Amino acid sequence: MTEDSDTAAEATAATVPASPPASDREPLLKVSGLEKHFPIKKGLLQRQSGAVRAVDGIDFDVKPGETLGVVGESGCGKSTMGRLITRLLEPTGGKVEFEGVDITHLGSGKIRPLRRDIQMIFQDPYSSLNPRHTIGTIVGAPFRLQKVQTEFGVKRAVQDLLELCGLSPEHYNRYPHEFSGGQRQRIGIARALALRPKMIVADEPVSALDVSIQAQVVNLLDDLQRELGLTYVIIAHDLSVVRHVSDRVAVMYLGKIVELADRDSLYGSPMHPYTNALMSAVPVPDPKRRTQRDRILLTGDVPSPISPPSGCRFHTRCWKAQEVCKVQEPPLVALKTGHQVACHFPENAPEDTAKPSTEKASAPAK
Amino acid sequence: MSKTNPVAASSKAKAAEADAKDADTKAASAGKDAPNPEAFLSVRDLRIHFDTDDGLVRSVDGVSFDLETGKTLGIVGESGSGKSVTSLGILGLHRSKRARISGEVWLDGEELISADPDRVRQLRGEKMSMIFQDPLTAMHPYYTVGAQIVEAYRVHHPQASKKAARGVAVEMLDRVGIPQPDRRVDDYPHQFSGGMRQRAMIAMSLVNNPKLLIADEPTTALDVTVQAQILDLIRDLQKEFGSAVIIITHDLGVVAELSDDILVMYGGKCVEKGTSETIFTAPEHPYTWGLLGSMPRMDRELQDRLIPVKGSPPSLINLPKGCAFNPRCPYAELTGGKSTTETPQLIEVKPGHRVACHLPEEKRHSIFRDEIAPRL
Repeated sequence: MTEDSDTAAEATAATVPASPPASDREPLLKVSGLEKHFPIKKGLLQRQSGAVRAVDGIDFDVKPGETLGVVGESGCGKSTMGRLITRLLEPTGGKVEFEGVDITHLGSGKIRPLRRDIQMIFQDPYSSLNPRHTIGTIVGAPFRLQKVQTEFGVKRAVQDLLELCGLSPEHYNRYPHEFSGGQRQRIGIARALALRPKMIVADEPVSALDVSIQAQVVNLLDDLQRELGLTYVIIAHDLSVVRHVSDRVAVMYLGKIVELADRDSLYGSPMHPYTNALMSAVPVPDPKRRTQRDRILLTGDVPSPISPPSGCRFHTRCWKAQEVCKVQEPPLVALKTGHQVACHFPENAPEDTAKPSTEKASAPAK
Repeated sequence: MSKTNPVAASSKAKAAEADAKDADTKAASAGKDAPNPEAFLSVRDLRIHFDTDDGLVRSVDGVSFDLETGKTLGIVGESGSGKSVTSLGILGLHRSKRARISGEVWLDGEELISADPDRVRQLRGEKMSMIFQDPLTAMHPYYTVGAQIVEAYRVHHPQASKKAARGVAVEMLDRVGIPQPDRRVDDYPHQFSGGMRQRAMIAMSLVNNPKLLIADEPTTALDVTVQAQILDLIRDLQKEFGSAVIIITHDLGVVAELSDDILVMYGGKCVEKGTSETIFTAPEHPYTWGLLGSMPRMDRELQDRLIPVKGSPPSLINLPKGCAFNPRCPYAELTGGKSTTETPQLIEVKPGHRVACHLPEEKRHSIFRDEIAPRL
């Protein structure tokens, strides 16, 4: 539903008027041309000899109250992207705007007030909690760091948070090692919620957990979003979890977004061959179907982001690749409402747009 | 050779077993004590307990199963349910000083628990081998991939020359789909990507053509695309070598891809066992329902909410009385209090399908039909 995306502000190529109110609102987060290149230094003089292009020019935005899922293989830059939009890393190029304010190059002092609004949930609940601190200290830290006064004191606020996240207030004085993985992840969530952020970036929030516990945490995130009106960016490699939690989904490959669409549209009729391959690789828990379905097996590994392939970055592993794919990089264009794809030969494409129009739905501003 | 040289630990374990012998001991082994001579691997009443400062940890508490050549058994369960400990126990990788092991493991007519450790070492690698979860930690970072495969080969083929062994290593790497195997054989593990390392691990474990392959979470650390490649590889190699495979995982999707039979473990016990098809289409244990319900599925309509198993896995030191699952079981009260007092036995409900649950059978069927199936 939310394609209009980038639109509202600069209605250049917005072809999509009738959409739910949520999407009419100004985006909470707007990312354009975002890049992060990590330098590789070599030799005595530490001269730069190259760069890892972890994130290499991506555009998207996130509406208030929605969940954007980001999927991709390891090394595709999804975690780096998460760290860039929370400004734990400074982008080397492009622009990040949060509520209309450019936060791309804010210094650490200037960014601090913003940390109240953007919080992060980390993947590994074992290494993201300081083992020497009690739960009270951990969850109360944001209040202290931001010097936030609470009505009934920090302890009370922390206990309320613990309760909100399905833990018991008596856990206040315990240490992280006394908790199971699922409970620790709840502690991490409570900490992220402490200052009532507007947006939460969750980097693989459930991948370290058992299936049964995964479901508990997914449901908790769901409830919290409903209750507190949160906006999520959820980064995960598990396509079925992403399908369950997201409103829109971005598929990343080698530092680029190759497909960005509403959930139903993406899972119902994926257009990019890479998305198709990813989906067909997901094991289906149905023994009867294992012989029937045809799986697209991708050969080889993801190429190195130090020297990504020319043209379309996926052409080295794509079965539809032709000459044009090697030379020309396909732009991310909207082929139908709420569905952008960067491919010369998209699948499931609507007929009238067999050849992508020139209108660049993403980042029309540039 | 089998029972000639009992390890000291096993007699000690027997003593331990005696005091641990409660109702469920007999239950688990009732009527199927004798190992199945047909099966290639036959595990009977396997118990692996660890003495810790906090008390006795009953990691595996009476597990029995059979596995035939060319078949695949999937073992599923949460972390701490005892699935990895079971597999290490079959391979004889627990230190006898630390672990109290009892029960029987028959591999191709030989009993392993009471066998001489040297004999078990001989069998390990030759007749049975293992693929570990994390190939980066399972491989030695100081030796080349080739050297490690060569070592595994030469241990069991002492007469083979270094050159011949290297040839075998290259051939194995080629077999598992490593490009340019004659060059990559001299690479160190860190020069391989995650998927390639896992392939190399598989090459190493298959180099002696073992008849039993245990894969412990073989794809958990990998991306879906690579996971699909590895699962295909395991399936192809199994066809080619005719091995029996045990696949241990918490991912039901992976199990469904590979297994013929599935064993669901909870709190060190087997709670349900059956063919893959039964477990996925007509499961009877509430824990299995919970596992299926908590998994978002790509092949179904989008559910509004997942149905998680409430609570968290039990402590193995202090297992809940009666049925270990009762504190998390939504249907515990329907058993009339039995679930908190009596350990349920693993009873055969249909040929090849066993369930350990106090709920009356009709009740289980009706709950599954009316409440569970529509939501799956």
